[in-house]
Amino acid sequence: MPATMNPATSRIQVRPSAEREGRKDYISIRDYGFWYGQKKALDAISLDIPERQVVAFIGPSGCGKSTLLRNLNRMNDLVDGISHEGDITINGRSIYDPGLEVISLRRRVGMVFQKSNPFPKSIYENVVFALRVMGVRDRSILDEACETSLRKAALWDEVKDRLQDSALGLSGGQMQRLCIARAIANRPEILLMDEPCSALDPIATGKIEELIHELKEQFTIVIVTHSMQQAARVSDRTAFFYLGKQIEYDTTEKIFMNPSQAQTEAYISGRFG
Amino acid sequence: MSSPSSDSSTPRGEAWVWFTGLGLIVGLGMVIGLLSLVILNGVSVFWAPHVPVAQIDDGRTVIGQLAQRRIRPGSLANAPQYERQYQVGLRELNGNSYLWVDEAKVKAETFPADILGLERVENGPAFVRPQSLRKSDGQVLAITDSAFEAAFQAEVAAASAVREKLVEITRHQIGDVNAEMEAARVALRRAEDLRLTQEIAALRLKITALEGRYAALLAESEKVVKGGAVASLTSRDSAGRDVVIPLTQVVRGWFPNRLDTWGRCQLFCSRVAEFIFDEPREANTEGGLMPAIFGTLVMTVFMSLMVTPFGVITAIYLREYAQQGAILRIVRISVNNLAGVPSIVFGVFGLGFFVYVLGGSIDQLFFGDQLKYNNNTPVFGTGGLLWCSLTLALMTLPVVIVATEEALAAVPRGMREASLAAGASKWQTIRDILLPASAPGILTGVILAMARGAGEVAPLMLVGVVKLAPTLPFDTVAPFLHMDRKFMHLGFHVYDLGFQSPDSDAARPMVFATTLLLIALVVALNIGAIWIRNRLRARFKGASF
Ligand SMILES: Nc1ncnc2c1ncn2[C@@H]1O[C@H](COP(=O)(O)OP(=O)(O)O)[C@@H](O)[C@H]1O
Ligand SMILES: [Mg+2]
Repeated sequence: MPATMNPATSRIQVRPSAEREGRKDYISIRDYGFWYGQKKALDAISLDIPERQVVAFIGPSGCGKSTLLRNLNRMNDLVDGISHEGDITINGRSIYDPGLEVISLRRRVGMVFQKSNPFPKSIYENVVFALRVMGVRDRSILDEACETSLRKAALWDEVKDRLQDSALGLSGGQMQRLCIARAIANRPEILLMDEPCSALDPIATGKIEELIHELKEQFTIVIVTHSMQQAARVSDRTAFFYLGKQIEYDTTEKIFMNPSQAQTEAYISGRFG
Repeated sequence: MSSPSSDSSTPRGEAWVWFTGLGLIVGLGMVIGLLSLVILNGVSVFWAPHVPVAQIDDGRTVIGQLAQRRIRPGSLANAPQYERQYQVGLRELNGNSYLWVDEAKVKAETFPADILGLERVENGPAFVRPQSLRKSDGQVLAITDSAFEAAFQAEVAAASAVREKLVEITRHQIGDVNAEMEAARVALRRAEDLRLTQEIAALRLKITALEGRYAALLAESEKVVKGGAVASLTSRDSAGRDVVIPLTQVVRGWFPNRLDTWGRCQLFCSRVAEFIFDEPREANTEGGLMPAIFGTLVMTVFMSLMVTPFGVITAIYLREYAQQGAILRIVRISVNNLAGVPSIVFGVFGLGFFVYVLGGSIDQLFFGDQLKYNNNTPVFGTGGLLWCSLTLALMTLPVVIVATEEALAAVPRGMREASLAAGASKWQTIRDILLPASAPGILTGVILAMARGAGEVAPLMLVGVVKLAPTLPFDTVAPFLHMDRKFMHLGFHVYDLGFQSPDSDAARPMVFATTLLLIALVVALNIGAIWIRNRLRARFKGASF
């Protein structure tokens, strides 16, 4: 969205525009394994995620979808006793590169959680939080970022008259869209969503799905979902996991129409999971 | 799906409800009993009752306010005999303000309208039958004169104004000059020792100027004393003796048997106002408690200001940064146990460490000249406001640490993750998200700490609270707040009145009044803190934690 880009926020944008043209693989996960203490939660995961596409992770509970997602921005660093093997690269650079600060990684990879978690602050402060922690003080930049993100999150019209009210007064669906606005305010390259609609009613879910379609224009999106329909509706590619292993990863069409693995077929046809 | 056995177990559960309710009732009863005892006794101190003239069997007459009534020691339990204590006042004549009389021996009690109660600057109150008033212009009014009471009150007011002026001059202004003189003398001794010729000359000049001011103030006070003739009241006491009381001695006069309810209320209010806003008189048994109220307040506020940041920072380290493990568990247990250490232990620590070690080093480092040229008089190396606040801050530290740790732990994990996922550093997350969200919980800890600190006495006696402080810790001389000064404290005041007072009968009602004031102050401080907390909480209203 070069029209609304201004000099200060454009510095945040790390992605060179030339690269955005070809749909090259953006995130690549190679032979990745992960342990919580002694317990192996992920085993031999290898998949590539092209840029500006939506990739859905599906699979029964406990199969490691969230674990993989939370490793993409190293949120699992908060857990004690973790270890990994293999590598994850984003735009060619390993996320475990010692020269790469976790904070700068997280600034490039936004995250939306299953349970909406707005801060007990005003709507405005919630949205601009990521900019504030980056040290942006300029009021006009903050105002503009607030408006663009809220617009992109399809929340602007509902809250524009009460930006200074507490975010905790919003409805569940609004709160989740606020969390999306907050996650995209500092223009990350990647947006991770962990079952973003699981606590929402169908109308709010519909809104968020529409939103994902629009956000795809600018962001690479990885979404974990429990709903087959949702995965089919929003994603370009789908990965199916089972017991920490990657069973199948292909275009969504292929996975749902003509899966190559029997387990995948069993799962999407509802025979187990 | 109810089976007979589950039905029969229900009534057994009911018994426990009653049992737990009983606990609540006992607790409530104790609180209400304590409060009503203190309030009743404390408030009645200021209420002026009717004052009887009692005729005793042995021919004596007693004029005095009923102070107590109790079963006479040694009387039979099934036929109790009572004795009464009258506050007769006029200590200079009667030797004692209070008198016990056998109730059986009281022949008659009358309440004549001409009884006058007097509160005096010295020798306690007096209950007399006035005869005549000699006004300051020389005119003499008899008690029968209709203008007597108005004239009397006008003279008392005039005399009070003069007395207040005198107090202002002698205690405050001359006190300030004395303090400055003291400082100048110390400086002079130093200058002489170091042979600083210029300074010596300047200081000598300053001292001369101060001596001039002192003399002028003294002259002014003499003029106030001598200026105008002194009104006096001639009265008769219970024994029929004539007593002449100069009105400069009188703080307040009232006719207890003549007052209507409104008048009694006015008298009540004026006494309460004196109690709260004035300085103490007569070995603290009369007058007001302003210095003690002020001291308690300032000390508690400073304690809170010290304990809050310290406790919060410690808790943040323990909860957010420290490596969780065996050592941390031991540290945590130790901190919690610190809350159970008897407070006097903290007093001893405060004296041994803060006063002697810290204060002594401060004196060595910054007040070396002061020590050398002022007979080794310590500045911070002795008890004072700073050390009291610090000692209590240390004592209440565990409360704040525990409350903060719990508040931090109660912040939903999602909020912490959201902040980190947005690219905030750990410190930014703590500062911008965790601390604001746990502020109400932290304040609850501070409230508890304040409640405990404000009522604590034992440790303070070791580190700087005194019975009577000559000056407030706060005045108009730079640096305005004197953290090194000793100060008065309501809790200590209660102890002092109750156990150390030379006139225990006179002190007894004041014990209750002071206790009431202490409770009121603690309650007020708590309400203030709770109000702040609720305002903070309102900001998180609707949070789906
Ligand atoms: N913080 C953690 N500590 C230990 N084990 C965990 C933790 N989080 C998840 N696990 C385990 O890892 C496995 C994968 O969990 P998760 O990624 O949450 O599954 P999903 O999101 O697919 O339901 C589960 O067996 C779970 O018990
Ligand atoms: Mg999950």
